[in-house]
Amino acid sequence: MAHSPVAITARWPGAAAAALVLLLTLGTLGAVAWRAEWGSGLAPADWAAIHFTILQSLLSATISVALAIPVARALARRRFAGRQLLITLLGAPFLLPVIVAVLGLLAVFGRDGVLNGILQGIGLPPISIFGLHGVVLAHVFFNLPLAIRFLLQGWLAIPAERFRLAASLNAPVGRLLEWPMLRAVVPSSFLVIFLICLTSFAVALTMGGGPRATTVELAIYQALRFDFDLGKAALLACIQFGLCVGAAFLAWRVTGRDQVGTGLDRVVQRWDTARPAVDAFWILFAALFLLLPLAMVVFRGVPGLFDLPDSIWAAAGRSVVVATGSAVLCVSMALALALRGGALISVIGVLPLAASGLVVGTGAFLIVFPFVRPSDVALLVTMLANATLALPFALRSVAPAIAQVLADYGRLAASLDLRGWTFIRLIVLSRARRPLGFATGLAAALSMGDLGVIALFAGQGEETLPLAMYRLMGAYQMQTAASAGLVLLVISFALFWLCDRGGRADADV
Amino acid sequence: MLTFENLSLRMGGFALAADIEIAAGQVTALMGPSGAGKSTLLSAIAGFLTPDGGRVMWDGQHLTDVQPGVRPISMLFQDNNLFPHLSAAQNIGLGLRPDLRLSSEQSTTVAEALASVGLSGFADRKPGALSGGQQSRVALGRVLVAGRSLVLLDEPFAALGPALKDDMLDLVKAKLIAAGKTVVMVTHDPVDARRIADQVVVVADGAVSAPVATDVLLDDPPPALAAYLG
Repeated sequence: MAHSPVAITARWPGAAAAALVLLLTLGTLGAVAWRAEWGSGLAPADWAAIHFTILQSLLSATISVALAIPVARALARRRFAGRQLLITLLGAPFLLPVIVAVLGLLAVFGRDGVLNGILQGIGLPPISIFGLHGVVLAHVFFNLPLAIRFLLQGWLAIPAERFRLAASLNAPVGRLLEWPMLRAVVPSSFLVIFLICLTSFAVALTMGGGPRATTVELAIYQALRFDFDLGKAALLACIQFGLCVGAAFLAWRVTGRDQVGTGLDRVVQRWDTARPAVDAFWILFAALFLLLPLAMVVFRGVPGLFDLPDSIWAAAGRSVVVATGSAVLCVSMALALALRGGALISVIGVLPLAASGLVVGTGAFLIVFPFVRPSDVALLVTMLANATLALPFALRSVAPAIAQVLADYGRLAASLDLRGWTFIRLIVLSRARRPLGFATGLAAALSMGDLGVIALFAGQGEETLPLAMYRLMGAYQMQTAASAGLVLLVISFALFWLCDRGGRADADV
Repeated sequence: MLTFENLSLRMGGFALAADIEIAAGQVTALMGPSGAGKSTLLSAIAGFLTPDGGRVMWDGQHLTDVQPGVRPISMLFQDNNLFPHLSAAQNIGLGLRPDLRLSSEQSTTVAEALASVGLSGFADRKPGALSGGQQSRVALGRVLVAGRSLVLLDEPFAALGPALKDDMLDLVKAKLIAAGKTVVMVTHDPVDARRIADQVVVVADGAVSAPVATDVLLDDPPPALAAYLG
């Protein structure tokens, strides 16, 4: 059978990237499994952690999706000034450092927060945000926008003609069109959010804690940092991995079709828009719930901005270095994998989705511990782990663009003897500049806000900005923490904006 | 001389056999029904397909194990012959050095090629700022500067209007043949073949027939071609 023998770029970079991903996902898992002390079995506290992990994930996913339904419906059928801006802002929590969001939520719902101020004013007892409801609240804050985007895409994917037909028949739009759509979209959205909540360590670290609100990941952290019980940490990491794989498998089974496609700026003409007040309420609710905590971070952070101790600026510098390195590594790996292509590569590209940062971190800790002091390699390991964990998102943006470049210009390049690094430099970096810039920004922002692996490894001298913030909050230095949070927020969004902008400016399409 | 020696190409249920010679220094048209394998044959010459049997030779040199970019061949495809983010001069320069690190001599060659295809003053334009005909001229300019003796045209002018297409075909004849190159082109249109092709090779029913002088063949086409020409 005749076949195409042309390879434009070398195959080893893709193989090297794949090897690094395998080392950091399956390799660390192997270390964890090997070191786990199975004999001792699970203590009641471990069972409680498993129970709490699943419970908070179920609640968070349920509430996020349930609240997203009316908000997405309102956004799908209403036109108003700022609609596009609001939809764009719904993408922001993905880039938002968890610790900053937590700080904002504390400013609104915390002990001295806005809400308790109001409650006190009208003579009601204050509420406490810590524990299960705090964890769920933070998760809803992060995942409600995601759920809204998923469902909005579902709504906008319903052809406009069907709404017209339903209107002319005077048929109930809800039962005829919206219910079947929701039945298709809600389960996959629910599972994706459930998976995210299973692996969100920073929220549990800051909002949870104590015997009744400890997740498996938090238990791993405590076993490693406080008890230095490597066997127990490894055992818990195995359990965490099992939970993730189970949920990832379910999500993969249910998420059959790709939900990217329709643009979100479309408004379908509708005739079932009798009660605008209801929709206005939901839109206002979502906007307030998402924007108020962020506004509070800015509001409380600005006053102390110029009194920040040098240690915070040093931590910010370390964070920027780690984020830059992680972003460059992540996008280089995505590029190498995408250029190589193939089914195995696409499996490797999604593998990190099932990995949790804490499991990767525990495994890496076990691997390096016999040879070096973990704090000596804290920043390096954090950079590698962040690059790997961001890889699926980078690949999702880069791979289709690379496939398009190869389809359009692969043969022309081959016939001109345009190969290897020259091909990448002259053709790929220009043609795929937008997705590469976007992916770099995404990876940089995700790494900038990371508070997972670093918490396992770092001593005082290696703390990144999120870790420094966490330690400030633990010491009740809320004013300094708020200012540090503002710095982190600005740097994260600035890094993303710079990279994304760099990809767009004078891009020839 | 382009030689197909017991060449056999198979893809799925499709099979094509060729055992002919095509003279150098001339324009040869490949004609035949859609799906008969004209473009497939070009791909095999260019090196994008590895034959299942037999071999392709150019001037007595076996091409089978030679990478496409190293073959003495320039190819123009149906579309995407220019990189949209590179200027006209850069697109032509790729024919001299794929990494675009041109010497001053080579830059002069590029400028001469631009003038030769009637695009002096367009050096810094990007393809998006050029008309379809001008884009084709840039692609021809690149073929002109590349030191490659065999040129394969896979209907690169199909999207142009009739007058522009005629201009391009005339340019092919005037510039490429004059520069001593050999041209093999796929075409659907007997008018194109009569315009510039010295001879025609019919690709039909899984076989590649020996070249016949254009007028002779088109005045009295064989049954397979006659059915296609209607």
